[in-house]
Amino acid sequence: MITVVTYDGSFEGLLTAVFEVYEYKLAEVAFSRSSNYQDTIFNTTHQVVASGDKCRRVWKGLEHKLSAKALGDLYKAFLSEQPDIDNVLLDYIRHVFANTVSVEQDFSHPAVLRVVQMARMVHREKHRMEAFVRFQLTRDHLYYAVVEPDFDVLPLIRQHFQDRYADQLWLIYDARRKYGIYYDKESVTTVAMHFSEEVAAGKDIRSIQDEQEGLYQLLWQQYFSSVNILARKNTRLHIQHMPRRYWKYLPEKLL
Amino acid sequence: MISEDRIREKLAILADAAKYDVSCSSSGSKRKNDNKGLGTTGNGICHAYTEDGRCVSLLKILLTNHCIYDCAYCVSRKSNDIKRAAFTVQEVVDLTINFYRRNYIEGLFLSSGIFSNADYTMERLVLIAKKLRTEHRFNGYIHLKTIPGASDELMKEAGLYADRLSVNVEMPTEKSLQLLAPDKKREDMIKPMHYLKEQIVQHTEEKKLIKATPTFAPAGQSTQMVIGATPETDLQILGMADQFYRRFQLRRVYYSGYVPISNDNRLPALGTPVPMVRENRLYQADWLLRFYGFTVNEIVSPDAPLLDMDIDPKLSWALRNLQLFPIDINQADLQLIKRVPGIGIGSAEKIVAARRFNKLNWEHLKKMGVPITRARYFITCHSADFERRDLTPVAIKQQILALGNSKYSANFSPQLSMF
Repeated sequence: MITVVTYDGSFEGLLTAVFEVYEYKLAEVAFSRSSNYQDTIFNTTHQVVASGDKCRRVWKGLEHKLSAKALGDLYKAFLSEQPDIDNVLLDYIRHVFANTVSVEQDFSHPAVLRVVQMARMVHREKHRMEAFVRFQLTRDHLYYAVVEPDFDVLPLIRQHFQDRYADQLWLIYDARRKYGIYYDKESVTTVAMHFSEEVAAGKDIRSIQDEQEGLYQLLWQQYFSSVNILARKNTRLHIQHMPRRYWKYLPEKLL
Repeated sequence: MISEDRIREKLAILADAAKYDVSCSSSGSKRKNDNKGLGTTGNGICHAYTEDGRCVSLLKILLTNHCIYDCAYCVSRKSNDIKRAAFTVQEVVDLTINFYRRNYIEGLFLSSGIFSNADYTMERLVLIAKKLRTEHRFNGYIHLKTIPGASDELMKEAGLYADRLSVNVEMPTEKSLQLLAPDKKREDMIKPMHYLKEQIVQHTEEKKLIKATPTFAPAGQSTQMVIGATPETDLQILGMADQFYRRFQLRRVYYSGYVPISNDNRLPALGTPVPMVRENRLYQADWLLRFYGFTVNEIVSPDAPLLDMDIDPKLSWALRNLQLFPIDINQADLQLIKRVPGIGIGSAEKIVAARRFNKLNWEHLKKMGVPITRARYFITCHSADFERRDLTPVAIKQQILALGNSKYSANFSPQLSMF
């Protein structure tokens, strides 16, 4: 019989759940992030409470066997939020602990391959966000950006933006997942957001913009259209690099 | 305070004039934001893509398009009747900082038409870089074009502030340069390249010993040549590029397909298509030289001095050397696997890593994302199923071409039609 293991949806919770799969010798399991789970009478359930201690022990064990790149891939695959990814991650981790040598390059194993592939997709989205974040300056000297990434990549981009924009206040808001990361010139914190009516759930902040903001957006639009070479028009390539779903927060595509 | 409309017009003119410079690379430098200032450089990010599909990574502008030279291939040539404009030093600084803070760009690529003389122009370019670095503690990417004929002292100062410096050779050969830019001397372009190389090497050596040595153009130097404006063969072009890589340790050579901008009878007529396929094939060949261990003579030779337009240069090489294939991907050297058409460096490395765990078959390759439509003619794997027919190069080429519709097929045209 399959045991449904529910946990809180955090990475820490997932690793705790993995720990308990070994601790309780659960053979056939299906992971479920608590909010998704609907009880049925045909399954037994096992509820996991995230534990820093258990989580660390699993991570330590993995550190012994995997490279930093492979550990990063596990985390990135987790952030993909794919419905089956928790179970794939369990298969992967079981495969790691069942072998004495590192299996991270065993691409003919389905879980290893899927983790690597998902990690790559998440990594691309991270890279796209580093490219497509567009800050707008507010009257309070805050550089504010809205994004709606395909995957939950804010945890992956915070370091990049912290390093780069060390001398300005900034906030990047994920309008799909309804949280943001905020930098106060000292450190970055994860923040929940409450918006007033006038800024359309954080998506339109024209009413609180700095007076120079409009000018620089206009200049950027001008630059973007001036560097285009008409004789070389290649729409397919353009769309491939800048998929339409990102356009709504890019001033250069709002013409 | 200058009016918004005027600054917008200047930007339109001076971005338009700079866009034929193809380099937009912002990688290769490792400037850290240690002083809690603004900006970092790293692997380079393309923040946008133009509608022609090119990366927009840097604010690429001319300081001015006033120019004392009259180079036939250049839009800013003296005799061309176009609107002229010039930025002030402060305007360029403000644009760069404000674009950068909004995450529009990775930095600045600044070039210029030559007004009064080389040093006068170069001085202003250096001043902009200096202001950005010192007054604004800007650690983003700066690429400065060095003006041929500028003094060594200015070049040296430029190298201290810029991440990359470049001198465009413009034309693949001296003869073409003489024809199209009679006021310019090739020597004036080669000499600064030489000087920069020496400086870069010297600073790198010193930095190994004394950590406090300032960095000098940490992202190296690059150059660009216009192709398709003059009758050089690909052999000449790639030979020249190869020399630049070896003699001057250039990071990149850029090939810019000539966009007809003038009805000068020394040049292809207005309306002649931009040689985009050829440009693409040259870049593919360039990659083979730099990353795949090919030599120029393996790609083009005196007997066949032109690249194939309908297939890529690696496939073309493989078809001329069928005696080397098929290779067994479970056994062969990484170097050899990299030479298989359709298999890139990433795939080759993945194959070599994964075959330690399992003998790889077609199914594994497909799942790993190795494209096998072309590779299948050149490899065997752990499977009884492989290409057994003794196909001729022509037959393989036909089959491969029949499989994929080249995105370029509509553009195929002979390399050059001089009239």
